[in-house]
Amino acid sequence: MIAAHLPALQVVIPLLAAPICAMLRRGSHAWAWTMVVSWAMPVIAFAILLQVLEGGTISYWLGSWEPPWGIEYRIDTVNAFVLVLVSVIGAVVMPYARASLEREMPADRQVWYYTMYLLCLAGLLGMAATGDAFNVFVFMEIASLSSYVLIALGRDRRALVAAYQYLIVGTIGATFYVIGVGFLYVMTGTLNIADLAERLPLVENQRPVLIALTFLIVGLSLKLALFPLHFWLPGAYAYAPSVATAFLAASATKVAIYLILRFFFTVFGGSYPLAGLGVPLVWIALSLAAIVLPSITAIYEKDVKRMLALSSVAQIGYITLGIGLLSEAGLTGSIVHLLNHGLMKGALFLLVGGIAYSKGAVTVDRIAGMARRMPLTFAGFVVAGLSMVGVPGTVGFVSKWYLVLAAIERGWWWLAILVVASSVLSLVYMGRLVEASYFRPSAPDSTDDQEMPRSMLASAWVLVAACVYFGLDTDLTVRVAAQAARTLLGTP
Amino acid sequence: MMHRETIPRVVTKLLFPYILLFALYVQFHGELGPGGGFQAGVIVAAAIILYGIIFGLQAAHRIAPPRLVEIMISLGVLIYGVVGVFGLLFGGNYLDYFVLDPDPVNGQERGIFWVEAGVLVTVSSTMVAIYYAFAGRGR
Repeated sequence: MIAAHLPALQVVIPLLAAPICAMLRRGSHAWAWTMVVSWAMPVIAFAILLQVLEGGTISYWLGSWEPPWGIEYRIDTVNAFVLVLVSVIGAVVMPYARASLEREMPADRQVWYYTMYLLCLAGLLGMAATGDAFNVFVFMEIASLSSYVLIALGRDRRALVAAYQYLIVGTIGATFYVIGVGFLYVMTGTLNIADLAERLPLVENQRPVLIALTFLIVGLSLKLALFPLHFWLPGAYAYAPSVATAFLAASATKVAIYLILRFFFTVFGGSYPLAGLGVPLVWIALSLAAIVLPSITAIYEKDVKRMLALSSVAQIGYITLGIGLLSEAGLTGSIVHLLNHGLMKGALFLLVGGIAYSKGAVTVDRIAGMARRMPLTFAGFVVAGLSMVGVPGTVGFVSKWYLVLAAIERGWWWLAILVVASSVLSLVYMGRLVEASYFRPSAPDSTDDQEMPRSMLASAWVLVAACVYFGLDTDLTVRVAAQAARTLLGTP
Repeated sequence: MMHRETIPRVVTKLLFPYILLFALYVQFHGELGPGGGFQAGVIVAAAIILYGIIFGLQAAHRIAPPRLVEIMISLGVLIYGVVGVFGLLFGGNYLDYFVLDPDPVNGQERGIFWVEAGVLVTVSSTMVAIYYAFAGRGR
């Protein structure tokens, strides 16, 4: 009975929990409420994933209006996977949030933080769940507006500028998206994604459809921070509250990438008209630039959060690279890296937030010698860092393996070598942090450093452990990702 | 503020109930003609903002306390969402109004009525909250 309504509940529960949260007056009450709600989300998401794996695509008619007239939530393996990713990250960061936010913001703001967090969660889950192109835009606005607030709540005054910059860029991205959808609507008369996919071949190669595609690609690329449209990301991630950075880095850009997948493959049917226009080549070139250039900047970056944010841009490059290869192996690598990057970057940002808990701003010089006094934090750092580099036995290796396979499949040995060689760059910047924290003498004023509270450490280490677990046992993640890739490519 | 201007004060007092009445007309006329929760909410807020401009922010705080306004912002969204949940409880899908009444057409009307009520509550209080935020600056 209730199982049939899970797609709606996945989005409606956090959406309605947010106004209730806003009426609570105390930060601790709001935290407890948000904790309960955010832990219900992965339960629902896994139940949906199981339903999809067993019974195929789910279609839920909102208000019982028949699609394509009514709004439909349409969930197949691809977005079921994204729902799991977003809701799991959203749940894991919650135990961390309480102590971290109590240190970072006054009590009256914490209630607003949790309210905005729930709205952001609802928006991201809604973007993933819905099967209606305009409904995606509505949820995109919910998620974006709330994430601007989340970022602006950072304790550094520069958070306001970063949030404002993100607001401008995010609004342009969303506007471009809705212009693209508008063109598609003019040409086909429908907003339902499945219906669009059926009707587009009738008008293919007409100029408005190509313009729609262009607007969609640019708008979504702004949202997912594809190089060179990533300039908003380092500031936003560096100055947001620690827990917000971890959540947004692991989930927000991933949902935008999911939309790219949806439009490239489901709506525009994979090769058409992408291949004819040379889109994949441009896409691959930008992805490679994204992998190499921000990594080089990251090597010279002093602020650790900024460095990790730049590394996020590079990791997004790997994901988009796999999409550009237009093959099952490439897509499998991309989709599995959505989750893998979420796990390792979530872990790293949570750990940095733990250092910031006692230190304020975290720079390479400040963490000198700190590993001795914060062994657990930095041990987690090393593991997640190795995963970022792509050492076998960690999740980073799994994703890169499939990307290399996909490159070799195409006969592009140079690309395979480049993917492996680019790991050296991440080795260099992660190595700098490890070198500073383990091998340099500590700064004289840092004798009172101590580990972050246990609740925060627990959240971070859950993600660190997941980095290793899913690196060794790839059956679950890769199997689902491969099935999602086949769904997108339309091969059984 | 215009504390000593007699004419605006008297006219505001005279107009105030009629503005609210007109808001209700727009609210309940919404499903049949131009109007609805959003427009009605703006008119309600306009009445309170007018009152605040003429009699001062303190007076407006007395008839619409900031804490109440804050709660109403959330409450309206909840009313809207709970109408959808009632659809679930009566055995339909989320936001399914057909099942809210034995007669599906009546059910649609009932669903829209409550959804519009939610919109009225949130829109009016949000407008007032924005006014309070601007008028309260620098105090």
